Amino acid sequence: MLRPFRLEEPESVKEVSELLGRFGESAKVYAGGTELLLAMKEGLVHYERLINVKNVKGLNEVASDNGMVRIGALCTHHQLETSPLLQQKLAALVRLEQNVANVRVRQVGTLGGNLCFAEPHADPGILLLALGATMVAEKASSKREIPAEEFFVDAYETGVEADEVLTEIRVPVPARNSGVAYLKFGYLERPSVGVAVAFQVQESGQSVHDIKIAVGCAGPAPKRVPEAEEHIKGKGFDEATVNISKAGEIAGRAAQAISDLHGSQEYKEHIVGVLLKRAFQNALGQYRAVQS
Amino acid sequence: MPRRADAQTIAISFTLNGRQQELTVEPNELLLDVVRERLGLTGAKRSCDVQVCGACTLLLDGRPVSACTTLAFEVRGRSVMTIEGLANNGKLHPLQEAFIEHGGFQCGFCTPGMILAAKALLDENPNPTEDELKHFMHGNICRCTGYKKIIESIMAAAKLMRGSRA
Repeated sequence: MLRPFRLEEPESVKEVSELLGRFGESAKVYAGGTELLLAMKEGLVHYERLINVKNVKGLNEVASDNGMVRIGALCTHHQLETSPLLQQKLAALVRLEQNVANVRVRQVGTLGGNLCFAEPHADPGILLLALGATMVAEKASSKREIPAEEFFVDAYETGVEADEVLTEIRVPVPARNSGVAYLKFGYLERPSVGVAVAFQVQESGQSVHDIKIAVGCAGPAPKRVPEAEEHIKGKGFDEATVNISKAGEIAGRAAQAISDLHGSQEYKEHIVGVLLKRAFQNALGQYRAVQS
Repeated sequence: MPRRADAQTIAISFTLNGRQQELTVEPNELLLDVVRERLGLTGAKRSCDVQVCGACTLLLDGRPVSACTTLAFEVRGRSVMTIEGLANNGKLHPLQEAFIEHGGFQCGFCTPGMILAAKALLDENPNPTEDELKHFMHGNICRCTGYKKIIESIMAAAKLMRGSRA
């Protein structure tokens, strides 16, 4: 049962931002609704107004230029899992999208909605952190890019301001000498641990550099773990493969895992380490497959 | 339920099981309630109410959605199919035939959703592997028992449908 609310249907980002400015916390942006409507049905939140943003044009396309993939915030998970352009440029994100929740959620849920709702048990933010993505936030009179590190603030909290609208996700296309992987662990559809790794291999082909490690789902918000990256950066494959255990321990602690029905804190910390090891091997395998 | 005097209403027009349908809905009305309570089509079931179980699956423009978490106004200008619209002039769809033939259900509560999800799968992929089938269908849950008979039914229907297309 949903309590009554009014529906606003603006057709431009400017109008959305103005509505948000005018109605403040009594209004909420509504896109796919896969998470928002559940919370409203449960009575956990209520808004007097929902602002349906799906009539705003130009926010549901995937494009690529100058080594950057630009994903409109209204792209659904289904659009992304079936996008040939994304498959070519960001195959790891396509694999992630193919495994978000279930076919019905992917059909209507949007990437922008997923990021803005900031439910801790969500996949995309973790990989976007490792890929060095930025989020474009717009309001009536301005537009800015928020680095992924500053976007995820806490559970259900992002760096998007009250009258800003997330319009685009920008992801640098990994170079040919890269390895990228995202792995998750969970019971049925709810990921309880997610780990992403992305790195480049130095031209000599012998050492890993520019590595980014991100963890999520276990704690309040996805985050990068620079202290874990330090153990891998600049190392040869053999040394990196040994050090990845140490990096996993650090990442596990950094995950700020909580104990819940899906596992204890210690268990989730351990799983972070296991997934990081596998994700690293997986990414290394991809790198080698591309080179050979 | 009588409308509140200040209620916002939205006039929508959509295709329901191949027929034009006009309705006036309030923003907070859910598709599942409209289909079951206002249109009397009770094939879609309310079960988990959180998009996990698939018992309320309907096809919107041929793709599966959870009617329990879809606002009714969203179907304006689009095409909705419920299980009631699947048989053609009294002749059951091959998926329905196959579910009967292969015992693809027990209590039947999940069956409308299973069959509609399977239709969406076979429309986009007429010859799925068992893994592809499982991946697509994993969001539809049967609480009676296992999935073996359901998988057999869908595979059999796929074969039947490929045959009739050839």
